[in-house]
Amino acid sequence: MDIAQELLNGSRLALSRAITAIENEYDEATDIMRKLYPHTGNAFVLGITGPPGAGKSTLTDRLATAYRKMGKTVGIIAVDPTSPFSGGAILGDRIRMNDLTLDEGVFIRSMGTRGSLGGLSQKTADAVKAMDAFGKDIIFVETVGVGQSEVDIVKAADTTMVVLIPGMGDDIQAIKAGILEIGDVFAINKADHDGADKLNIELNMMLDLDGNMSDWRPPIQQVVASQSKGIDELIAKIEEHYAHIKENGQLTIKRTERTRNEILDILHGSIGRHITKKIVDTGKLDDYVQQIKEHEADPYSIVSGIIKDMLK
Amino acid sequence: MEKRIRVLVAKPGLDGHDRGAKVVARALRDAGFEVIYTGLRQTPEQIAEAALQEDVNVVAMSILSGAHPHLFPKIVKLVREKGLTDALIIGGGVIPEGDIPALKEAGVAGVFTPGTPTGDIIKFIKENVK
Repeated sequence: MDIAQELLNGSRLALSRAITAIENEYDEATDIMRKLYPHTGNAFVLGITGPPGAGKSTLTDRLATAYRKMGKTVGIIAVDPTSPFSGGAILGDRIRMNDLTLDEGVFIRSMGTRGSLGGLSQKTADAVKAMDAFGKDIIFVETVGVGQSEVDIVKAADTTMVVLIPGMGDDIQAIKAGILEIGDVFAINKADHDGADKLNIELNMMLDLDGNMSDWRPPIQQVVASQSKGIDELIAKIEEHYAHIKENGQLTIKRTERTRNEILDILHGSIGRHITKKIVDTGKLDDYVQQIKEHEADPYSIVSGIIKDMLK
Repeated sequence: MEKRIRVLVAKPGLDGHDRGAKVVARALRDAGFEVIYTGLRQTPEQIAEAALQEDVNVVAMSILSGAHPHLFPKIVKLVREKGLTDALIIGGGVIPEGDIPALKEAGVAGVFTPGTPTGDIIKFIKENVK
């Protein structure tokens, strides 16, 4: 089937197959993305990040439900870590989103970080585009906020929400994780637990110290996702941020920057795949390793040789 | 190429026991599969829709309540209707020997009863997945 055309015609199976092609780096993925690209750029992309157990999936579920009530269609990309040992993963975010499964206006896709060679952020960005072209009004990208690749994913969002919970340690934890810089909106979940107010104050103090802040001061909203408390207020703050960056031109700047990174990412990705095909799959890599082992060559000259060959 | 076998581990029906499903999920993860676990008490419609959205290669169902003669064939039918014609569908749980031929007839490719080593399930998936 013509996946891109079917997707644009509204086939959920085609959307699903398109994301598989992106994830598995099938050759046809480039062609699909090329056809979908002109239809992208309409969705609002909300990044959701925070430590494991903060309630990101539950909060995503509640936000999605609220947006559905407002008549918006929703896409959700839930990223969970792949085991570096087995390459496998347990993707469990759907457990918190079961009520959304049968809503035709919602499409949820779980992704493992996989990524031995990086490129996860590009794959997530392409999955977002597929949902965007499919016609979703708002797309949530949910991921554990640790490490470079996750921060890269979140950078692809228009608005980034950081979810925190009380009792995770003192205010130093907040600076060291680097989460203050990426949050446009902060949600303190499980706010019915002890320490929510204290966390609120600490977070505010840390934000006070931020000298690089633009004209947007990230607001903090306390919520209890499991009881759907504070959801409407949180949405108001998210929407306020989106309106703000639209108005002051920041959204255009962000998206321009994203396009720039996109070209570089796609370039790096295709070069990486090209190298894998020519060097790894052909068994040449093993030959090189053997040569080095026998002191016939060194890795630096081998790489120079490969690059010379490629540029011919 | 970064292809991974994706498996939906599903608990249809009303029994609340998912230790078995979780043991299988973990074994499949350790075998390098991507396992999507959706939690307890799923309707056949929810399972089929999740299978579609996740574009899984395998749907693995677990039932301990005795509702398998009704639910397993229904899930097979719904998954096929969604267009997932190639997905391998397997089931496990407390299933009497006598029920197995009818389940296979209905399209459940493999049925695994208590005591099955997880390695057998992994082997079956690897040999039969498309």
